[in-house]
Amino acid sequence: MGNAELERVYFDNAATTPVRDEVLEEMLPYFRERYGNPSSLYSIAGESKKAVETARERLANALNAEPGEIYFTSGGTESDNWAIAGTAERAAGKGRHLITSAIEHHGILNVFKKLEKNGFEVTYLPVDAEGLVSPEELEKAIRPDTILISVMYANNEIGTVQPIDDLAGIAAARGVPFHTDAVQAAGHIPIDLKKTKADMLSLSAHKFNGPKGVGALFIRKGKPLEPFLLGGHQEKGRRPGTENVPGIVGLGKAAALAVAEMPEESARLAALRDRLIDGILGGIPHTRLNGSRTKRLPGNVSVAFEFIEGESLLLLLDMKNICASSGSACTSGSLDPSHVLLAIGLPHEKAHGSLRLTLGRYNTADEAEYVLRELPPLVARLRDMSPLYKAGVKTMI
Amino acid sequence: MYSDKVMDHFTNPRNVGELEAAADVGVGLVGNAKCGDIMKVFLKIDDGIVTDAKFKTFGCGAAVATSSMATEMVKGHTLREALQITNKAVAEALDGLPPIKVHCSLLAEQALHAALWDYAEKNGIEIEGLESPAADLEELERLGEEE
Repeated sequence: MGNAELERVYFDNAATTPVRDEVLEEMLPYFRERYGNPSSLYSIAGESKKAVETARERLANALNAEPGEIYFTSGGTESDNWAIAGTAERAAGKGRHLITSAIEHHGILNVFKKLEKNGFEVTYLPVDAEGLVSPEELEKAIRPDTILISVMYANNEIGTVQPIDDLAGIAAARGVPFHTDAVQAAGHIPIDLKKTKADMLSLSAHKFNGPKGVGALFIRKGKPLEPFLLGGHQEKGRRPGTENVPGIVGLGKAAALAVAEMPEESARLAALRDRLIDGILGGIPHTRLNGSRTKRLPGNVSVAFEFIEGESLLLLLDMKNICASSGSACTSGSLDPSHVLLAIGLPHEKAHGSLRLTLGRYNTADEAEYVLRELPPLVARLRDMSPLYKAGVKTMI
Repeated sequence: MYSDKVMDHFTNPRNVGELEAAADVGVGLVGNAKCGDIMKVFLKIDDGIVTDAKFKTFGCGAAVATSSMATEMVKGHTLREALQITNKAVAEALDGLPPIKVHCSLLAEQALHAALWDYAEKNGIEIEGLESPAADLEELERLGEEE
């Protein structure tokens, strides 16, 4: 490839992904030609209704669930909010204790914070240095008044994949409802809801080349959950509001494609990921991998560079047309670095120097090599400017 | 998010480096690694005039840019004038900073003051209106030891 500058290297697929052509094509007729409201009686409404049900079947197949267990929502945040707030409202009479992990997405954490203000008690399970929740710790945290456990399937920042079968199995054995935020997992690693005893699972279409603004909540058959929105009879009255038909069609198509191509695509991404991890750790001193080497999403690279701050690095990468993300405070609007990086034991100053590269289906080996070539001088440039760094010092990590 | 001036001073920072310890060099170290910003400013002072300024900064784009701008602004000024360089003046010279980055410009002002304080201490003089810097020294010392 030579030393040419690439036009754009998009390594932020955990933030969002582009919509696939095949997905967009299936969606388009539902904006202007088949625009009927699925609840109406005439024939174009019937087409919309059918399209929604086809998407439901496709998504159910992708998760090995039943179509009747799929409820379409506006995305991951709504699904997460609904699962937690809806369970708490329904079960408040039985108990007021909830369990989650220290590394959840804010779509989860902020619901728990609100519940705490309203008199609920929340246990935040710690994670180990790789970001894993311990099934034994979960077992110990369950009390007679525990009404919900919510642990994410895979982490958005460090890519750690939880032992979700074990965790859900413990919850099931103890009779406590179990929810998992699978926003980063769905479409990327196999999910089998016949095998995994989760009662609820959240996902979002735009994380696997579907459109933004649409997601789903799986609710296992027969499991109670208070509605989050109030209104009409859509989604069996559990999630009212006129269906986002084009979005739902796109979600169904994207899920079907992702699952069909998963074995090949996840192996391809994992190879790119490992090339990047090895190249960065081998090529840049004073660098550590965040998260687990093996229990890791196929597209996630997260590293901490000592002595530098993440936002500066993102700005320099952007000048090389590389889109990435960081666990730095300066990208989040607060002074604290990512709660996930702190939870795995990184001291503040190292958490500030983290870089996340997340790969997707349009990324190539050439792009990985480009990043491996461009990154080391940028890190060196910032270190030369850093009062914490002296060339040749021993590692602090 | 950043003005062109901020990006210019971030990508081509002026005055990066250090000055060797000497009686005529004041060194200011401020900030906190926990918050993700540390600035170290060196001011060389001859006959009451700042004749050279250097910095090293660990921090975001705004932290680097304000360090660069503050060291540019201070050169050629008397000690009294140097003391008048406020965070607001630095931010304005950069065509403004996003609201969440205003603390970076405060740090630049503090770093200049700390360097002036250090110079005054070393030389047994008093600069009117200058107060002892309130850096998070414990944290900085801890990091220094680890190095």
